[in-house]
Amino acid sequence: MTSEFAVEMRDVVKKFITPEGNELNAVDHVTMQIKNGEFFSMLGSSGCGKTTSLRMIAGFEWPTEGEVYIEGKSTGHTPPFQRKVNTVFQSYALFQHMTVFQNIAFGLEMEGAKESEIKKRVGRALEMVQLTGMERRRPRQLSGGQQQRVAVARALVKTPDVLLLDEPLGALDLKLRKEMQLELKALQQQLGITFIYVTHDQEEALTMSDRIAVMSKGRVQQLATPVEIYERPVNKFVADFIGESNFLEGKIKHISGNEALVHIPVLNAEIRGMPMSNNFVNGEEVSVSIRPEKIRIAEQAAKGEGLFQAKVLTSVYIGSDTHVYADLNGTRLKVMEQNRISRLDPSSFYTKDQVITLVFMPENTLILKKD
Amino acid sequence: MNPHRRSPWVIAATVLVYFFLYAPIVVLILYSFNASRANVKFEGFITSFSDRVEMDGSFVKASPCGPFHWFCDLSKNDDVLEAAGNTLTIAFVATIISTIIGTMAALALQRYDFKIKPFSQLSLYIPIVIPEIVMGIGILTLFSQTFGWLNEALNLTGDARLSMGIGTVAVSHIAFMVPFVTLVVQARLQGFDKSYEEAAMDLGANEWVTFWRVTFPMILPGVLSGALLAFTLSLDDFVITFFTNGPGSTTLPIYVYGLLRRIITPQVNALSTVWILTVFIAVLLLQWLQSREQKPAHE
Amino acid sequence: MLQRFRENKSMQGTFLALPTTLWLFVLLIIPLFLTMVVSFGQRSPDGDVIYSFSFDNYARLFGYSTDCPDGQASCFDSLYVNILSRSLTLAFNTTLIVILLAYPLAYFIARSHPNRRNMFLFMVLIPLWTNFVIRVYAWMMLLRKEGAINIVIGWVMNLLNIPYTPLEMLYTPGAVLVGMVYEFLPFMILPIYTSLEKIDNSLYEAAADLGANAFRTFLRITLPLSMPGVVAGTILVFIPVMGTFIVSDILGGRQVILVGNLIQRQFLDARDPTFGSAASLILMVMTLIVTYFYTRKFGFGEEIIAA
Repeated sequence: MTSEFAVEMRDVVKKFITPEGNELNAVDHVTMQIKNGEFFSMLGSSGCGKTTSLRMIAGFEWPTEGEVYIEGKSTGHTPPFQRKVNTVFQSYALFQHMTVFQNIAFGLEMEGAKESEIKKRVGRALEMVQLTGMERRRPRQLSGGQQQRVAVARALVKTPDVLLLDEPLGALDLKLRKEMQLELKALQQQLGITFIYVTHDQEEALTMSDRIAVMSKGRVQQLATPVEIYERPVNKFVADFIGESNFLEGKIKHISGNEALVHIPVLNAEIRGMPMSNNFVNGEEVSVSIRPEKIRIAEQAAKGEGLFQAKVLTSVYIGSDTHVYADLNGTRLKVMEQNRISRLDPSSFYTKDQVITLVFMPENTLILKKD
Repeated sequence: MNPHRRSPWVIAATVLVYFFLYAPIVVLILYSFNASRANVKFEGFITSFSDRVEMDGSFVKASPCGPFHWFCDLSKNDDVLEAAGNTLTIAFVATIISTIIGTMAALALQRYDFKIKPFSQLSLYIPIVIPEIVMGIGILTLFSQTFGWLNEALNLTGDARLSMGIGTVAVSHIAFMVPFVTLVVQARLQGFDKSYEEAAMDLGANEWVTFWRVTFPMILPGVLSGALLAFTLSLDDFVITFFTNGPGSTTLPIYVYGLLRRIITPQVNALSTVWILTVFIAVLLLQWLQSREQKPAHE
Repeated sequence: MLQRFRENKSMQGTFLALPTTLWLFVLLIIPLFLTMVVSFGQRSPDGDVIYSFSFDNYARLFGYSTDCPDGQASCFDSLYVNILSRSLTLAFNTTLIVILLAYPLAYFIARSHPNRRNMFLFMVLIPLWTNFVIRVYAWMMLLRKEGAINIVIGWVMNLLNIPYTPLEMLYTPGAVLVGMVYEFLPFMILPIYTSLEKIDNSLYEAAADLGANAFRTFLRITLPLSMPGVVAGTILVFIPVMGTFIVSDILGGRQVILVGNLIQRQFLDARDPTFGSAASLILMVMTLIVTYFYTRKFGFGEEIIAA
């Protein structure tokens, strides 16, 4: 390995012409560095530029501006068949007219490997994805999960520096998807090669990744570890997109180091929280975000800083948790409480119009740039 | 509600239409066993296998083929054999060329953007929206004018003179066959997921290898049905051939048409019967190919 | 060089499409242009073309005549106008009858069990692929005075003890109409079938669920959704009927002359390619006008390719 980074995108722009004839930046000045041996995810909803970025790394598209580097080398217009990266496609793209063996052997044949060598390596690849004995089957004779494994084996048999995965689990049902997530993660750790994983499923990204790039409108919104992304989102988009958040709009009244005081007009009160950016100024309009599970409901009615009276709108019991929707001066908030104690007594549950006290802790209250 | 429920009216109409479609063909086949040379009246079937056959009320010398008298007669007819040979030669050559260039065009129109694309696509519809006779006389004019001009300009005489023949027929057939090949292959390509080719390239195959190892095998059924359609169009064609053939390039439809304007013997029926059987087998083959292509995913 | 070709998608596309496009340009578009040029020319005494720019041929087609009975310089001769209107009427009638015959059959096939559909379609394809000329010939055998139809009618009449003199059905306008209907019927069945087959069964169930009876379901659901097939079929039938000359030649004899026969004779018997070219262009313009207005009203279905 010649470079610290398996893949690097430097200020990459990809323009498309829409059917209406407008120019669209599918990828808009994206810069990211993907480390060797890392499980890296690009997360975002459809049209955020994640798949286009992946396709530029694979070589199916060329950047309009900027440059993609693989193992430190600029890729330019290198065609896909000359890049040491391989792809697992969303639709698997298994060749229907070939057997499982032929599918996996295809890439080795292209390298000009000897027949005995091909046989050995295909055998090992099948073993790796636990499909030994399926060599002679045709792709359509396999289940969705098996096809997915063949697609992985076909890409990995080439021992690429980087494996690109484009929503590879999208077509599988939930249970199988969870299994495959763990398997892929285990496979990546065992092989130690770089995985670049594109998904719109945040849980999937959080479960598997070492680092995640959250993308929207062709830009990287935040690039960080799963914990950082959830606990320290850099803007309202990320806080909203990853997990659930309650938002209150306000104005910075006072800022000092890693704490700030925000005036919230609808509450006619101040909230203390953590600024998620270094360059806030007094009087700036901001969004305040509090995750539902981080709001506590006080046992008794109380008043003071960070304490607010709210009225219960509905309360939903979902087994492990209770979701309480409460009205706070006209703003609807969601609060999640864990059901730690087994109980049946109806009076122990929240009822409509019940007045409760919500507790906002400054360390759980995030002050975000408006986007 | 039974989705296959049909009113008696629909069934009655269906039976009638099928009868309308098949009655003429059945009669045609029956007459090919007619014991009459004039083939005007139906004089009953030839039943005897002897070399003397009763025809039109009197005994005549006949081939020892019995009921298949007219088929044997046909097999000795050099004009028919030559016409059959011409028909097949033209159909084969025209099918091969139109399949190759038609498939190329389908790929171009479905996959690429280029300047003349709208023109290329539009020109495919010409044979559909313009009557064949208009194309026929247009091509005739083109050939007769250019040949006349070339013969004069190059001072060609005798056998060297350019004239209508198998070549002009084949070239003209290709012109109306190509659009059908292209449209059929294009329709197949519409549902073709590009990621198959990307996967091949991703695995190290260049464009050429990708085409022959992945794209072509996958669109082959479409190409084959396009080719078969083109082949039958060529076999069936009368109008274009009528205006572009020359001495020695008579095809079967032209030959049959010529016979119809003169005396008609049951030989024509025998020829028709052979033709219908051949078509029957060809259609069966096509059906088999299609059913193989559309085999359900679960086996 | 190779690298440039590999990266230039537009160049690759042009390269792939070029043979077909050139072929069609030389053999379809140039001939149409030539036909136009010739149609403005005049016939030389020995049947060659004298290139000029004269509208004489068109004037003649639309009734201008110098060969007049009362010594007039010019007069109206309805001969060619009649041929044109006869062709149009025949094409309309044929198309209408073909739709009426094809629809129930297509409906039957589309609503039959999926396993049997292919067989029923197959039964439509066989007559279609039996040679065009042979199919006309079959009707000659049926319609003749001594032909199969007269034999069958005579036999039935004989059983009923009614005297019967065989009818001469060949060489009549009716014979030409029947022949045309027979020739082009499959071209209507296939596209109508294609559009009917696409209709989701749940639509019928929804219609029934909402209280529509069979007739109203047909009128409100089936018919509108199958219109693309009818439109495609009409184009596939109307245009060739307008230009065909074999059917009228063989089944109509000298009695029924259509524009196709007119054109053919100018090129072979009468040897006046200039007049034939003019007639041919008028034929093309007529079909294009009808197709244009027809498709503008109903849209141009993709069913054409399906057939």
